[in-house]
Amino acid sequence: MENDANGMNSQLDLARQLVEHLEAGDDESADLVLRQLRAPYERELFDELGKLTRELHEALNSFRGDSRLVELTQDEIPDAKERLNYVVSMTEQATHRTLNAIDEGLPIAESLNQRAQILTESWTRFRGRKLSVEEFRELAQELDSFFLTTGEETERLRSLMSEVMMAQDFQDLTGQIIRRVIRLVQELEENLVGLIRLSSARMEPDGKSRQVAGKDAGSGEGRAVGPVVPNTQDAASEVVSGQDDVDALLSSLGF
Amino acid sequence: MLLELHVDKGMKILIVDDFSTMRRIIKNLLRDLGFTNTMEADDGTSALPMLKSGSFDFLVTDWNMPNMEGIELLRTVRSDPALKDLPVLMVTAEAKRDQIVEAAQAGVNGYIVKPFTAETLKEKIDKIFERLES
Repeated sequence: MENDANGMNSQLDLARQLVEHLEAGDDESADLVLRQLRAPYERELFDELGKLTRELHEALNSFRGDSRLVELTQDEIPDAKERLNYVVSMTEQATHRTLNAIDEGLPIAESLNQRAQILTESWTRFRGRKLSVEEFRELAQELDSFFLTTGEETERLRSLMSEVMMAQDFQDLTGQIIRRVIRLVQELEENLVGLIRLSSARMEPDGKSRQVAGKDAGSGEGRAVGPVVPNTQDAASEVVSGQDDVDALLSSLGF
Repeated sequence: MLLELHVDKGMKILIVDDFSTMRRIIKNLLRDLGFTNTMEADDGTSALPMLKSGSFDFLVTDWNMPNMEGIELLRTVRSDPALKDLPVLMVTAEAKRDQIVEAAQAGVNGYIVKPFTAETLKEKIDKIFERLES
C-alpha cells in the first residue's frame, strides 16, 4: 500500500516535472522524464510476455510427450494405407468372383433357352400332327437328354447365384474397414486442430480436443475393430485364422 | 437329416447387423435353409425393444455396430429374465482370441467369423439346437 502510494506520488511528481519541462521547452529533460514514467508499464509487459512464453513452452512439451500424433503418424497412417489397399483388393476379388459366376452361368442359361426354343418348335409341329415318325423319334431323344440335363444345369445355376450373393459380403467387410479409417482421419484432424490451437497462443491450458481424441483412441479391450487386415498392427494381436480356429478355441472352452 | 427334425423351421429369428447388405445375405441363407420367419434390426438399440416385445426364438447378431455393439446386446439379453435363455449366434468379423473368449463368457451359443459360408451357418445352427435339445 505504502509502495503504491509512494509510486503514485512519484508518478505525480514526474508528471508535474514533465509539464514544467514541456512548458520550458526543454525537450531533452521531458524525454527523460517520459521514459521514467513508462518504465513500470514496460516491466509489466515483459513479465506478461515471459509468462506466456513459458506456458507455451510447457504446453508444447506436454503435447509432444503424450501426443497421439506420434502414434498416428508412425503406425496408424501407414496401417490406414494398408487397410485401404486391402479394401481395393477385396472389392477386386469380390467383383471377379461375381463375374466368374456370371461367365459360367450365362452360357448355361443361354443353352437352356435355345434348346427349349427348338423343343417348343418341334413340340408345336408334333401337336399339329406335322411330324414324321423319324422326326418324332428325334424329338423323343432330344426330350430325354433335355430332361436329363435340365435338373443338373438349373442346380448349377442356383449354386452360381448363391455364389454371387455370398460375394456381396465384401460390402460389409470393406465398409467396416473404411469406417475405421474414417475414424482415424477424424482423430488426426482433432489432433491437428489441437496443435494449431497451441501455436496460435490462444490455447486452453488443458488441450480439450486432445482429451476428446484420446478417449476413443486405439483398440481398447473388447472394442470392436472390424476385419483383420494383413500387414497392419492387427496381425500383432492374437487373432484366429478362420472358422476352424474359432471352433477349436470354443471347443477348448467346453463348447 | 435327422438333425433337421429338431429345428423348428417356423421359429422367429431376429437378424442384427448395421450393414443392410449383410442382413440380406443372412436372410437369404436362412430362407435357403427353410427359415422364413425372420426380422431385421440395424444395431443393439433397435434390436432390444423388438426382442422384448416380439417373442423371438433365435438371435443372429453382428458385433461391430454403432450405438450398441453385439457383445453389449448379448450381455443385456442374458441379464434380462425374459430373454436370458434366447439362443444367440454371433456372426462377426471380430477375430481376436480375447473377443471370442469374451463372447463365450458372456454366454454366446455360437460364433461365426466373417467371411463365412452357407455350410458354416447351417452347421452352427444345427449344433446350437442340437445342444439345446439334449
